[in-house]
Amino acid sequence: MYMFKYVSKRLGLMIFTFFIIFTMSFVLIKLLPIPTTALPGQDPKVVMKTLEGRGWITNIQEGENGVWTYDRVPIFIQFGLYIKRIVTQGDFGIVTTYGEYLNMNIWKVFVSHLPPTILINIYSTLIGVPIGLGLGILAALKKNKWQDQVINVIIILLISVPSIVMALMLQYVFCFKLGWFPLTMSTSNDYFTWEVFRSMIPAVFALCLGSIAGYARYTRAELSEVLTGEFMLLARTKGLTKRQAIFRHAMRNSMVVIFPSILSEFISVLSGSLIIEKMFGINGVGGLYLNSITFQDYDFFMLLSGFYTLVSLAAGIVIDISYGFIDQRFRMGAKYDVSSEL
Amino acid sequence: MYQVNFNDIPAEKFQFETRNDLSHDSKFETKPVSYFQGAFRRFSKNKGAVVGGIVIAILVLFAIAAPFFTPFRPLYYDMMYAYVTPKLSLFADNGADFWDGYRVKDTNYVGYLKDKALADETGRDIIKRGEVTISEDGSNYTYRYNTYYGVGFGKYKIISQAEYEDIQRYQDETGIQVLYPIVAYSDRPTLEKNKYDANIYYKVENPAAATIRPKPDANGNIIPNYWKCEAGNATNLMADYHSSRIEGENGFVEDGTQYFYVYGRKVDGGIEVRAEYYEYYIYQHTQVLKDGITEPLFLFGTTQTGKDIFACLAYGARFSFIFASIVVIVNFIVGVIYGSIAGYYGGRTDLIMERISEILGSIPTMIVITLLKYHMGSTSQAIVLFIAFFATGWIGMAGTTRMQFYRFKNQEYVLAARTLGASDARIMGRHIFPNGLGTIVTSIALAIPYMIYSETSLSYLGIINLEAGNTTSVGTLIAAGQQSIMANAGYVALFPCLFLVLMMLSFNLFGNGLRDAFNPSLRGSEE
Repeated sequence: MYMFKYVSKRLGLMIFTFFIIFTMSFVLIKLLPIPTTALPGQDPKVVMKTLEGRGWITNIQEGENGVWTYDRVPIFIQFGLYIKRIVTQGDFGIVTTYGEYLNMNIWKVFVSHLPPTILINIYSTLIGVPIGLGLGILAALKKNKWQDQVINVIIILLISVPSIVMALMLQYVFCFKLGWFPLTMSTSNDYFTWEVFRSMIPAVFALCLGSIAGYARYTRAELSEVLTGEFMLLARTKGLTKRQAIFRHAMRNSMVVIFPSILSEFISVLSGSLIIEKMFGINGVGGLYLNSITFQDYDFFMLLSGFYTLVSLAAGIVIDISYGFIDQRFRMGAKYDVSSEL
Repeated sequence: MYQVNFNDIPAEKFQFETRNDLSHDSKFETKPVSYFQGAFRRFSKNKGAVVGGIVIAILVLFAIAAPFFTPFRPLYYDMMYAYVTPKLSLFADNGADFWDGYRVKDTNYVGYLKDKALADETGRDIIKRGEVTISEDGSNYTYRYNTYYGVGFGKYKIISQAEYEDIQRYQDETGIQVLYPIVAYSDRPTLEKNKYDANIYYKVENPAAATIRPKPDANGNIIPNYWKCEAGNATNLMADYHSSRIEGENGFVEDGTQYFYVYGRKVDGGIEVRAEYYEYYIYQHTQVLKDGITEPLFLFGTTQTGKDIFACLAYGARFSFIFASIVVIVNFIVGVIYGSIAGYYGGRTDLIMERISEILGSIPTMIVITLLKYHMGSTSQAIVLFIAFFATGWIGMAGTTRMQFYRFKNQEYVLAARTLGASDARIMGRHIFPNGLGTIVTSIALAIPYMIYSETSLSYLGIINLEAGNTTSVGTLIAAGQQSIMANAGYVALFPCLFLVLMMLSFNLFGNGLRDAFNPSLRGSEE
């Protein structure tokens, strides 16, 4: 019962926060001048009619010398219409200025760009987590020996060398100098062919190096703290071998802290890394976001900023909630109340 | 059991065993060590942190001083000198094969011959020391190619009559040859792209071919194809020339007639000349523009648009540091005030303030920047950056301060101060804040590289473009460097990346050292 209350409280808070941010973004976007300029090959009247159909403007009139005038719909009415369309029809609008996808459904364009971003991040997690945990465990078990020192140097280097530089170095060495991989990711839609996978490898590596360092450092710190705990001594005295004691007791306890961070990272990587996506020419959400900024496609920007906000909020809340599930001692914001424990 | 009352015990029986061993506390011989002195002492023992601090000082010094020492500006560019390799006079003058403005060039026989022809005509060291490695089958020529002189003449240049005269005056004054004889229009290769290529001064095998092959004589020497003019018989197309002429040319006799080479051709809009770009560049900048540039010398090379990397890096670094310091100072002031109030008063005040900062803090920075950019236009992007980083940055500082206040506010000494009647402001300012200062300063030191890196990434992504404000960003340079990978010009990205890595590494070491110094108990832990 307590858990349910706790989770629903956190979720409610998250939705509240999201709603505030989303509303703020919407209002700020709608305060901007409406892009009514017709692109080459577009009829201004059609553009106007589209905007009217979306509930942005009313009372369109063509004045003299081809100047169109219109009245703006109040922003909160626009917001109501916008929310209503999203809820009832799942309609996030159509692309108005982003040339490449003109007049297409924004949601469909968005969904079609999700797979590369998600795939890259799944691969990077699949590679990064085992290596990171392995290095961290090794460093903690061999604390202050040469293995630990080597791993520490690697961690410091990986953390201090910014991902922008790391990615550039990978691209220069492996894609250009050695020519093992193509410079940018293949644009093919068959994501599970060897060719596409090969073109993803540099980006995956560039992404996972940072998380390897993060996991390794985190695991090392956590595990070496747990290893000094008195219950470890007890476990050994009880007759467990070192291996049993470490894997059954120490690892489990340190996982309490590490696992939520893996979960959270897994969620936050859905939004991908704009830098990596740009550098390796990945046809993902990041590029879409950057272009929607350049083209000032406001509906597109709304959807993507909503997505990014949601992902970052969800990543934060996952840590809190999974702490609550995994470690029953952990009660965020709870008053000390024995009855709730029962 | 008996009790005896001793009366009249003589006082002299009570004596210290030794007269000088008075067992009260002895005075401290050492000087008292304050919290900050101790922190400083611990800090100076940490070698990594000290080295980090020194590197930071060097980088800051570079950012402050370098813009004053280079005549180039971030907005300067020269397409002719695109992808010029780094050159340091020290190495270049002493014949080192490194950082000398040369690059290794792999080419075929024709490419080699063209470079050699240019070297022969201008007397420049375009092929370093004339050393060429020829592959076994003779198809590949490898040599160190001078990117500065290798530009040669570029295209035929059309200049005004006044400039034509002025260049001749400059030639007479300095004795430097800027203008070289031109090739008659009718003798040039026929294709448009080759017709105006001023580097082709020699006889060619097939004037109509797309790729021009020089036609050497029997000894393999280039045959010049200059426009000749019989003495005293100049046509009205030939511009009058009265300055220094190239060697061995001054009025030579052929078949009993005296000839001169022609240095300028009158065309619509001026005079068409062949000017060696290296010398023309110097003439242009010292005589006409007078912008302080005395010669083309690019310490870190140039980008694909011919921007000087050294100047861009220096200005970018300067902007980064100024930007980070201002944002950090503002964040510090606001964050500390906000955090102290939330942390000190606690309870409902804290709850509301925390909620506000939580909501503000969960807006992704990218979205804040985009919205600001939309609203503020593209002219004031530096201000957009300032506001965006302030809007999201102070929250972290407030959180740190709040934690410190929670840590100290219930301690006995605070209670003592309150009992003695100290006001809230005094307790916050005099008693709690100084104790938390160490942690707060550490978080500042760790926030600066993060801020510079964020600014760099935003510029890299092209969301922020500082070039409108007559400065640039390291990120813009890195983006240029990435595009240069295909052109095999890795050095474009090298220096900006090096700067970024050094900056991040040294700030991390420095910040960790500060943390260990201020909180010895946290040594080695993260966060």
